[in-house]
Amino acid sequence: MRKYGDLLFQIASMVTLVVALAALATLVYDIVSDGAGRLSLTFLTTFPSRKAEEAGVYHALMGTIWVIGLTAALALPIGVAAAIYLEEYGTRSRIARFIELNIANLAAVPSIIYGLLGLGLFVRLMGMGQSVMAGASTLALLALPVVILSTREALRTVPSSIREGSYALGATKWQTIWHQVLPMALPGVLTGLILALSRAIGETAPLITIGALTYIPFAPDSVWSKFTVLPIQVFNWVSRPQAEFHTNAAAAILVLLALLLSMNAVAIIVRDRYQRQERA
Amino acid sequence: MTTGGGTRTVPSLAGIANRGGQPAATLDKPVKIDVHDLSFYYGTKRALDDITIQIRQNLVTAFIGPSGCGKSTFLRTLNRMNDIIPETRVEGAVTIDGENIYAPGVDVVPLRRKVGMVFQKSNPFPKSIFENVAYGLRINALTRSKAEMSDRVEESLKQAAIWDEVKDRLNESALALSGGQQQRLCIARALAIRPEIVLMDEPASALDPIATQRIEELIYDLKKSYTIVIVTHNMQQAARVSDFTAFFWLGRLVEVDRTDKMFTAPSEKLTEDYVTGRFG
Repeated sequence: MRKYGDLLFQIASMVTLVVALAALATLVYDIVSDGAGRLSLTFLTTFPSRKAEEAGVYHALMGTIWVIGLTAALALPIGVAAAIYLEEYGTRSRIARFIELNIANLAAVPSIIYGLLGLGLFVRLMGMGQSVMAGASTLALLALPVVILSTREALRTVPSSIREGSYALGATKWQTIWHQVLPMALPGVLTGLILALSRAIGETAPLITIGALTYIPFAPDSVWSKFTVLPIQVFNWVSRPQAEFHTNAAAAILVLLALLLSMNAVAIIVRDRYQRQERA
Repeated sequence: MTTGGGTRTVPSLAGIANRGGQPAATLDKPVKIDVHDLSFYYGTKRALDDITIQIRQNLVTAFIGPSGCGKSTFLRTLNRMNDIIPETRVEGAVTIDGENIYAPGVDVVPLRRKVGMVFQKSNPFPKSIFENVAYGLRINALTRSKAEMSDRVEESLKQAAIWDEVKDRLNESALALSGGQQQRLCIARALAIRPEIVLMDEPASALDPIATQRIEELIYDLKKSYTIVIVTHNMQQAARVSDFTAFFWLGRLVEVDRTDKMFTAPSEKLTEDYVTGRFG
């Protein structure tokens, strides 16, 4: 009897897996069959147009690269610094536990709330306007909890024997963290960053909330430029009635997917190189 | 323990026999570390109880005793390594070269430069062999040029009797070395910053007999230039390498005397029972 139960559970697990994978495969197949034909170098290098067949994603692709690059540049140092403070310097006080709990909660807050915060804080109060800077700052807030949590997790996995070895040679706490602990934690930190940026790159709501444009005929040339991003361009195109624009949307989704995958690939290569160095 | 039934003389092993218990010329060495009424607490639990001991310069002092007797904890109070464990407390004084290292305002960084440490489990950093030894020199800014640093690294590796085995692969990862080589690398790393005292916490407990013998021979050579304190589980090892032996039991220092006397005619019944293998 117990044997059948085991078999039944195995089958049930497999069915769930197949259903999940089939849904994903259908989605990807649908987008590829709709959009692959529209993909071309011209599509990547031209600006949007009222005519669907002449429209491209250059502005949105550049916008996404600018915003995500800046998001990473903001979230990584701030997140890592916050995690180091909490893990290495913070005391085990009540306040510390309260802060920890809230960081975990922040990771689950709906992204539009971050959009509202960004609008009030960065766009209005700090006067950044509807710029790349404001968008990246908002997305950095969104990414921070995940970066902080995964960095703390990574710091905890560094064996205490390495810290003691460093202290025993007369290293200060900061030297120990900077030269030994952080390099060993880097693979874990990068994994967290990948996760956080993968979420941020697909965000539409918070950027629309802070006033990112749905139509612009130019690519950003500084962090103070106005901008749009690929998800917003997709959103724009699918809301049009003409079928040609829907094809464009599918093609833009493929561009977004390719960007996401190549970003992850780079991070994974960097991570593996560090891990290999450690194990050797 | 491993002493075997009723052994009451210094065990004699070929090659390094009787190097330890030198009867003459031990008490004329100056006192390097003077510990007075030292007690140590983990939280409210008292782990060390009024320890008073004098450790002499250019000699090897061995701490023996059953597991959990406080010998490692005591060793770690001598370079304030226990400071990094939260909720611990020290009472009493440890005076090294006339200065109480537990006096208010003492900086642990110069202290740990003066009092080096080798751990039970070899803990090389996940870096190259060269960088492992150079780390202490770098963080303490002890060398002025690259050539000087290379010289110091070479000198330290020679002192630790590992130079011939690694000189052709200094840029390879330290983790590729064998266990015994890793431990000698850790000794080289500790010697590179030219400490005056070297603390060794069961440095050979994870090594095979041949690697152990090499470490013991090394300890014998090192005492010409350094004051050495070694914790060991192995009483034959204590007998072979040390000039003085201290026996710890339940957080107390039962007896400390010249090693030959400790193993042949101890004053305390407890010591005699332990070194003859009646308990432990």
